[in-house]
Amino acid sequence: MAAHRCSFSAVLFALWGLSLLTVARGQEATLEGNDRTAVVDNPESVAGAAEQAAGQPAAEDRRWEATAVEEVSPTEAGGGSDSPAPKPAASPPSVPRPKDDFQEELVIRPLHSGDIYTSFQFRTLWETDFTRENKVSHYRLFPKSLGQVISKFSVRELHISFTQGYWRTMQWGQPYLPSPPGAELWVWFQDSLTDVDGTWKELTNVLSGIFCASLNFIDSTNTVQPSASFKPLGIGNVTDHRFLRYATLPREIVCTENLTPWKKLLPCGSKAGLAVLLKSEKLFHSSFHSQAVHIRPVCKDDQCKTTSWELRQTLNVVFDLHNSGQGKNEWSLFKMFSRTLTEACPVASSSKIYIDITDNSQGEQFELSPATPLLSQAVVLGDRRTFSVYDLTQQITFGTMRSLNLLIRGKSSQGDMLRPLLHAERYVAGYGLQTGEIHTLMYNNHPYRSFPVLLLDSVPWYLRLYIHTLTVTSKGKDNKPSYIHYQPSKDRVRPHLLEMLVQLPPNSVTEVTLQFERALLKWTEYTPDPNHGFYVGSSVISSLVPSIVAMDTNNSRERPLFSSFFPSKEESSYFVRVYTEPLLVNLPTPDFSMPYNVICLTCTVVAVGYGSLYNLLTRSFQIEEPSPGLAKRIANIIRKMRGVPPL
Amino acid sequence: MAAPLTLLLLVAVTVRAALFRSSLSELISERVEVVSPLTAWKRVIEGLALLDLGVSPYSGDVFHETPLTIYLFHFLVDYAEVTFMLADVITAVALYMAVKDYNKQVFRKQKFALEADRYPLDCLELIRSPKEMYYIPLKVAMFYLLNPFTILSCVAKSTCGLNNAIIALFILSTIKGNVLLSAIFLSLATYQSIYPLTLCAPALLYLMQRQYIPVNFRRASFWWFIVQYAFMYLGSLFVIICLSFFLLGSWDYLPSVYGFILSVPDLTPNIGLFWYFFAEMFEHFRLFFLCVFQINVFFYTIPLSIKLKEHPVFLIFMQLAVISIFKSYPTVGDISLYMAFLPVWSHLHRFLRNIFLVSCVLLACSALFPVLWHLWIYAGSANSNFYYAITLLFNVAQILLVSDYFYAFLRREHHLTYGLYLKRKDGSEATLVLK
Repeated sequence: MAAHRCSFSAVLFALWGLSLLTVARGQEATLEGNDRTAVVDNPESVAGAAEQAAGQPAAEDRRWEATAVEEVSPTEAGGGSDSPAPKPAASPPSVPRPKDDFQEELVIRPLHSGDIYTSFQFRTLWETDFTRENKVSHYRLFPKSLGQVISKFSVRELHISFTQGYWRTMQWGQPYLPSPPGAELWVWFQDSLTDVDGTWKELTNVLSGIFCASLNFIDSTNTVQPSASFKPLGIGNVTDHRFLRYATLPREIVCTENLTPWKKLLPCGSKAGLAVLLKSEKLFHSSFHSQAVHIRPVCKDDQCKTTSWELRQTLNVVFDLHNSGQGKNEWSLFKMFSRTLTEACPVASSSKIYIDITDNSQGEQFELSPATPLLSQAVVLGDRRTFSVYDLTQQITFGTMRSLNLLIRGKSSQGDMLRPLLHAERYVAGYGLQTGEIHTLMYNNHPYRSFPVLLLDSVPWYLRLYIHTLTVTSKGKDNKPSYIHYQPSKDRVRPHLLEMLVQLPPNSVTEVTLQFERALLKWTEYTPDPNHGFYVGSSVISSLVPSIVAMDTNNSRERPLFSSFFPSKEESSYFVRVYTEPLLVNLPTPDFSMPYNVICLTCTVVAVGYGSLYNLLTRSFQIEEPSPGLAKRIANIIRKMRGVPPL
Repeated sequence: MAAPLTLLLLVAVTVRAALFRSSLSELISERVEVVSPLTAWKRVIEGLALLDLGVSPYSGDVFHETPLTIYLFHFLVDYAEVTFMLADVITAVALYMAVKDYNKQVFRKQKFALEADRYPLDCLELIRSPKEMYYIPLKVAMFYLLNPFTILSCVAKSTCGLNNAIIALFILSTIKGNVLLSAIFLSLATYQSIYPLTLCAPALLYLMQRQYIPVNFRRASFWWFIVQYAFMYLGSLFVIICLSFFLLGSWDYLPSVYGFILSVPDLTPNIGLFWYFFAEMFEHFRLFFLCVFQINVFFYTIPLSIKLKEHPVFLIFMQLAVISIFKSYPTVGDISLYMAFLPVWSHLHRFLRNIFLVSCVLLACSALFPVLWHLWIYAGSANSNFYYAITLLFNVAQILLVSDYFYAFLRREHHLTYGLYLKRKDGSEATLVLK
């Protein structure tokens, strides 16, 4: 181990020397680069300042600008040198980046409902090609278990999420990373793969082991191949949906045993950095918990000549005010996670905490302590948000106590939230166990713009959908979907898949209804608690929602991680994915206690039919001769023995 | 005779039209007793919708009609109600004409036998008079058209009505002695739902009887006729199957229609014996019992045709009854077809043993089906066993009804040979038993 480390440092030293040689040429290049970023940066900050000036009194301007200037300097310094060197000031900006890079980030957003939304993002970037090089054996920051999975199963993109609870869009707004209740897994395979289904089956079993989850229950009956809803998020132009598999397990319960293997994938484990906060006794004492792993190939740089693999581990938690607080609207890291922060992860190139203070520009909503001078702006989900930033790589952040315990003291909880432009809900209508109707309501809250949404429904085969009963109405009028992709189910083989493109008129509710029939299953096909009902996974609504502010389309630029997951292709709109509630549907059940009785009784009836026909077929009519009595018969036997004629 | 039949048809059509217009039709078309996964109109519509979407209707597990049916309704979907009423009318008229022709032959045969003094003297009571036989065809039509089961089936637009029409046309062409049409309609009926395959035995027997070909395995004429019929039957079946293939361009429909009938994957409750049995079956015995139950439907053909080789029309009745009791997805429409034949056997009534009990059970069960369904599915106060018990009872009653008619038929034949009032050796009045 020691030798290994020595050789590594020797390599670093050699690199250092090389970089010193090339420093003259590098200087020019970085200067140019800095100029460019400044150019990109400037219009935004100018625009931001203009907005601020329009919205607020001039007195506020000064503080904002002053802090903005302060903010600009660290990002410039950070933008030029993304090296993981502990002393960024000392390292020259032209040092070639190491082959892998780790960033961690925590976003805290006080919600209008009084709850607190915390979102962790850990990103590991690795410049390697699992597909070209046959064997990648040396792993540093990238977890080996996942690397092997990628290369063995020819995975191009892998997205997996485990969620406990349902994200309440109307109260909480849009999440940074949406996920449906239960487990969700979608994978794009390399287009060189021939047996996709077999690989998918193996992959789910392997992932089941890695994450201690019931992903092995994913089989052909809950896997679909969406044609439009799930496009690759990384680079790559293969969009043939034969190589895509999507499955959800809405019944999956997420708990500690899923969190522990997830934490083990982090370079620092839960020993240092932000991951110290991830204590399961607090994380699962919340209204919403979602953990996810996203693996995708991304561009290494602006030119996109080489690709690197990005592993994003995200964890989103919503802490309930009424659940844990004593009525006081006061939050701190210690209260939420029962830990405080003392250091960044040593291998992390950036480690930051963002606190959303957009609605709190004058400190009227809550009070933040310790205060930070750093501010940052990011365009996220079609809105320009302002964040206070705590950089954990700076020792000054931890202050004299050598620990950071952020305290948010709420003053007033009222304040109106911007209504999310798109949200959806779903329910089952009808009564009885024979038929039913699925209603999906999609709300477009935009005052004057209509936009199209893609609705994806994957319904298990035992709810037999009747596609001819599909109706889509908005504002009381029939709204014909412009694209419908429907794949009917096969009993015990595959689920229904319905995808359609619906135009949502401005400020309207669009209702999609679809009738179904409940099937009676074999008694062995029911779950152990059949009268609890059967879960139907969430519908997925994907859309490009018109944005109020210009979206950032430059994907290579350094941005906070939470704002850069879904790449935006155009400035005027941003991508949103909304998951509806999963459904719980009751099916008619047979009596589980009497298979023997049923087999016996039915066979008896068949035997009655067989017997009576057999009787009539084989026998013939005869005149009944009265049979002699017992005494007479015995007497006859005796007489026969005596040789006397019978009576 | 034409006037009463016309009147009957008018009444039948009026009743159906009124029910189509009423709110009941929606309710009736959802009843599991009336429609099965094979015959439900909702699924026909679904198949058409899938075709419109450019998806093969057989790629899913909702549509199980044959390709010809879907093409028929592709053009007739707007006139579905008229089509189904027409199918019922065709069935009734075909049965009417068939039974009329059959009665004529029965009467002629009886006349010859009387002239040849073949009947014992005390059997004069059993001789059928033209007066009582006069109204039988009309009664048959009435039994079919005004049977509540038929009306329900028609109002629910169950495609069982179409199958019945094909079978009725097959019976008519057989009784009229038209070999080619008989083979064609039989192949159509087989194509629609496999089971009518067993009707080829009575058809062969009847046609041979009509052409005075003895049923004798050593005679070349017997085999020649069988080969002829088989050629026509298989030929038309081949043409129909290839036609369906060219209509849809794939063989998908074979597993989806016939595989579905034979392997019973859909366990939606119905009035038959399969659904609950296979819902509760242990997985490793499933295939065995599936084979047993399916063989059970076909198996009775052989002994019945041996026993009833002189009476092919009664054999048709028996076969229809056996199919509708033991088939995998029976509906009340199937029952109504064989029940339409009951007036033909009205002369057997004096030998029926428990017709009163059986009819009471059948009536009670018919009333209890919706009640127990409601208790199980909607009220939640009963469970599946309740409904299952009623299906068992209903099937026992049907079996008793059929075997009772079989018994009565055999007994009458026995009396026609040996005399009605049999005496024991000692001269006292004898009782007849099966031994």
